[in-house]
Amino acid sequence: MAFLSVLLDGAAYGMILFIISVGLTVTMGLMRVVNLAHGAFAMIGGYLAAVMIQKGLPFFAAAIAAALAVGVLGAVAEVLLYKPLYRRGELPQALMTFGLTFVVIAALTSIFGSNVKPLAVPVWLAGNTNLGFTQYPTYRLFLIALGAVMALGLWLLIDRTLYGARLRAAVDNARMARAVGMDVNLLFTGTFAGGCALAGFGGVVGADMLPVEPYYALRYLVIFLVVVAVGGIGNFKGSFVAALAIGIVSTVFTFLLPGASAYIVYAMVLVLLLWRPHGLLPAKSAP
Amino acid sequence: MNGDSPALSVRGLSKSFGALAVAQAIDLDLEPGARVGLIGPNGAGKTSFVNLLTGMLRADAGSIVLDGGDITGLKPEARVRRGLVRTHQINTLLMETSLRDNVAIAVAERENFAWRFLRFTPQWRRCLAEAEAQLASLGIDELADRKVAELPYGQQRLLEIAIALVLKPRVLLLDEPAAGVPAAEAHAIHAALDKLPADIAILMIEHDMDLVFRFARRIAVLVQGRVLTTGTPREIAADPQVRAVYLGRSAA
Amino acid sequence: MTARPDISGPALASLRFGGGSRFGWAWHILPWGVALATYFLAGAYLTLGTAALEMILFTLSIDLALGYAGIITFGQAAFFGVGAYAAGLLSIHLTPDPILGLLFGTAIGALLGLVTGALILHTEGVTLMMLTLAIASMIGAFGEQAGDLTGGDNGLQGIHISPLFGLFPFDLWGSTAYLYALGVLFLWFIAAWRIVRSPFGRSLDGIRQSPRRMRAIGTPVWWRLVAIYTLAAAMAGSAGALKAQTNQFVGLDSLDLLVSGTALVMLILGGTRRLYGAFVGAAFYVVVQNLAAEFDPFRWMFVIGGLLVVIVMFLDGGLMGLADWLRGAALRILPGAARK
Repeated sequence: MAFLSVLLDGAAYGMILFIISVGLTVTMGLMRVVNLAHGAFAMIGGYLAAVMIQKGLPFFAAAIAAALAVGVLGAVAEVLLYKPLYRRGELPQALMTFGLTFVVIAALTSIFGSNVKPLAVPVWLAGNTNLGFTQYPTYRLFLIALGAVMALGLWLLIDRTLYGARLRAAVDNARMARAVGMDVNLLFTGTFAGGCALAGFGGVVGADMLPVEPYYALRYLVIFLVVVAVGGIGNFKGSFVAALAIGIVSTVFTFLLPGASAYIVYAMVLVLLLWRPHGLLPAKSAP
Repeated sequence: MNGDSPALSVRGLSKSFGALAVAQAIDLDLEPGARVGLIGPNGAGKTSFVNLLTGMLRADAGSIVLDGGDITGLKPEARVRRGLVRTHQINTLLMETSLRDNVAIAVAERENFAWRFLRFTPQWRRCLAEAEAQLASLGIDELADRKVAELPYGQQRLLEIAIALVLKPRVLLLDEPAAGVPAAEAHAIHAALDKLPADIAILMIEHDMDLVFRFARRIAVLVQGRVLTTGTPREIAADPQVRAVYLGRSAA
Repeated sequence: MTARPDISGPALASLRFGGGSRFGWAWHILPWGVALATYFLAGAYLTLGTAALEMILFTLSIDLALGYAGIITFGQAAFFGVGAYAAGLLSIHLTPDPILGLLFGTAIGALLGLVTGALILHTEGVTLMMLTLAIASMIGAFGEQAGDLTGGDNGLQGIHISPLFGLFPFDLWGSTAYLYALGVLFLWFIAAWRIVRSPFGRSLDGIRQSPRRMRAIGTPVWWRLVAIYTLAAAMAGSAGALKAQTNQFVGLDSLDLLVSGTALVMLILGGTRRLYGAFVGAAFYVVVQNLAAEFDPFRWMFVIGGLLVVIVMFLDGGLMGLADWLRGAALRILPGAARK
């Protein structure tokens, strides 16, 4: 029955990966911009919330406040740093965002030091729940539920609202969208900010499984990119499926083969991407 | 001379993307020295057909035979080396490189110089000389030193043709050679097309009807992936089916 | 269709070193002169100089793959680390001869480059980048796990290198090490120089600008890319082997993405597609790192990251591009100055 716990751990991990990576897949699909600093935004969210909680703010208030702050930061960064590079292609974007990540890591290290910043789980979610077959951390159950709810909410947003329709249109064909009068610039900035805010939120709620420390931004970057690649760039549903799959598979492997898990997961991803370069559920257009 | 053996022979070429059939059992022959125009309404599958011929798209069924040799399974680069060359509808040039070097690189590739590391200089000079001659024959040799990105669109189109010619093709596929070229520069393209070597078999896709009717000795009409009909320009112009396809039934 | 990597720098086919002046070849003397002068003047800092030479070689390998051929590779560190471990392991288990170790490290790096390159080089752009990242991460994770082979977190210890050519021992002062590294760098540099100016190199430049165009003239694109990728991996393997031998130690950090990132910074700093850009960038980096590290170890990360952002946004072509611009401006201001 320990295996079921492992599966639940994997699902919780997958949900965190989804919450953080969904913003990345949408912006990469929408703006075709390579953003290697996405992990840095998630990390900033974690740190901001930790500071607010220390000042006495309740957990979720801090999480949401941090997310909003990261969103604003993302909007500013998009206008100042990312927009000028849209025309220049993938490599300059990759390099700039790589450098940005270094800057963020260095800045946070000098402010907070290089140790893990503990983020206490809210008291009412601490402890275990009796699931019948085992006692399982309540917080992780909560994460699974939260992830599902957020996925549903985001899907409704993208599929059922006017904003979502605009977003999908712009992903399909930005030039046509502009020609039809859509303010694509605003759409880009807003969506980028939203993606960063989600990442920041994920950084906070996920601190239980992805500890907040300065190298977070680089350490988990590859995983976020892998979720995006496997799910298909710009593919919302794909990122959900890929996040869950990668979360569960890597957790299961860590359980079964503690030594080999890391590189087996990467090897599997490699094979997968070579077999299906556009991701598991390739979709020509967005969500 | 093998007068009756076609330079390019296409049989039953088919390709579908799911439910969308872009090519349905297309048959086409190009004799040496052919001047064939391929026309059809938008979405008829003309560019897909060219992509199937060059190998950018893999056919679901059918065969392509170039000069008696089956090229159906070959990669695009291999087909070029057999003598099947195309120009592109949207310029596909080395923008940072000079005109002369764009052509010279093609010559070097044709001559298989790529794996030489030593004593390349005399051969490179020959590549450059041939490049200059080719540019001169198209009237753009004065611009030989300029980078492609600096030039107006019309002259870039001429460069596409120059590169294609220097590869010594047996069959040349021209994908809308005059597309996007402003009227003032179009005559240079027309002149270049007129001067194309007589022994090359040429298939030209175009929307500009004046150009097609001027250039082609035979025209094939493609509609929804199928060859509707072929004939001389006069026959095609008078064909009620063709007019219906282009103008709608009411105008037929 | 994703845009090809846009890195500024003179397009290859029209490149003439030294601005085409009659004494262009003289500019070559400068970097090698500085390197030799460092040998005599560096004193206690000589080991730092050796580290810089190794980094230059590694950065050069990235310039070949990325700057010239346009392969977005963030995972070059994998070949560096593998070359290092290979050389170290050979010296421990088989023979302490440095040349054999160097050749072995180079060969293993090349082999890895060949296999992975053949697997992934049919893709391009973002997909290719992610595949290189995934491969590098995989190899890094493997290195961490295979403690029996690599020594894990403790690193590979007990590397002992016998005297070079049987005559020159590798001592604490590092003089043999420096000249050894310089010699290897020089040989590889000659190779890179010839390749870049050869028809093979020209075709790579074409592939970088437009693979579609190159296919349309009959270029077997995949083969060329695999060839240069393998060569670059061999070069990186050499650099790693040098590091293992001159430090007599290999740590897991040799496989770290940070190594790739640092080299990228140096390359962009110095200027891509210039070959000597690697020299300029590495020298600059080593100096800055040393200065900044005196105050705060993380400050250099801040500076390097900030430099990367600034250079990408404003200074295309890096420091060498800036030097070009300055020289061009100077030539315009000084009439009658010697120019072609």
